[in-house]
Amino acid sequence: MTTKRTLSIKQRGLTNFEAVMWIFTRLSALAIYGLILVGLIGALIMGARNQMNFADVMRWAFMPNVTHVQSTDLQDLNPWASPFWKLTASALLLVAVAHGVHGLVVIADDYIAGAGARKFIRFLSIVMMISMSGIGLYLIWTS
Amino acid sequence: MGLKRGVSLSAGLRYKGPSGYLTYILHRIGGLGMAIFITVHLLASFIGGRTGGFFNGIYENWAFQIFIFFCVLFHAINGLRITILDLWPKLLDYQKEAIWLEWAVFIPLFGISVFVIMNSALGG
Repeated sequence: MTTKRTLSIKQRGLTNFEAVMWIFTRLSALAIYGLILVGLIGALIMGARNQMNFADVMRWAFMPNVTHVQSTDLQDLNPWASPFWKLTASALLLVAVAHGVHGLVVIADDYIAGAGARKFIRFLSIVMMISMSGIGLYLIWTS
Repeated sequence: MGLKRGVSLSAGLRYKGPSGYLTYILHRIGGLGMAIFITVHLLASFIGGRTGGFFNGIYENWAFQIFIFFCVLFHAINGLRITILDLWPKLLDYQKEAIWLEWAVFIPLFGISVFVIMNSALGG
């Protein structure tokens, strides 16, 4: 293969909202990998190896909220409920909700073509993003 | 602009790309699966009580855990391929090789996970 079929991101440019969201999807994915790794390493440091099974560790890694480890053999739940973990969980929640809701809009755009319907989908996505972020933050900070 | 593409719903559902179609559709199923699960899970935890307990009991089932872990793991590994290839577009010429590499990473990881989940679910 000799012909160049691809353009660099600089050549393509970030000219409209969809292009910005395109790069946001990639960068937020990287952020989610990082946050899950923090949760996973944190759980192993705090002694998950002896007191939790695989599913419990995964549940903690994908959302480091203290209610996710309440039904395990852990003796002391205080370190699992520290502000550090609440902040990590909040960051993961906000990034993941934005990533996910935009993903739903992308999927809807593949099947819904009308301009009015697409506007409605976007309105619905904003409502969903705000409500899910709010409910999630409430659950994290009151648990 | 993507908003003026004008593809009908039936045409969209019948789309079948030439390459990487399986990863595309599994990525979509995984993303949708996670979005629906997390929405239901958040609302159920928020409502609480018997209704919330009913929905929150579903994912303690090992079959559901395997399904949702498939969604998460495939979406994560496929998403990493997409991210790497999109941020370094020169690599897009190696799309097929990247998909093979992706399966080589996914199958052992998911296989071990299913084994571990089944093992603890069946009282191992």
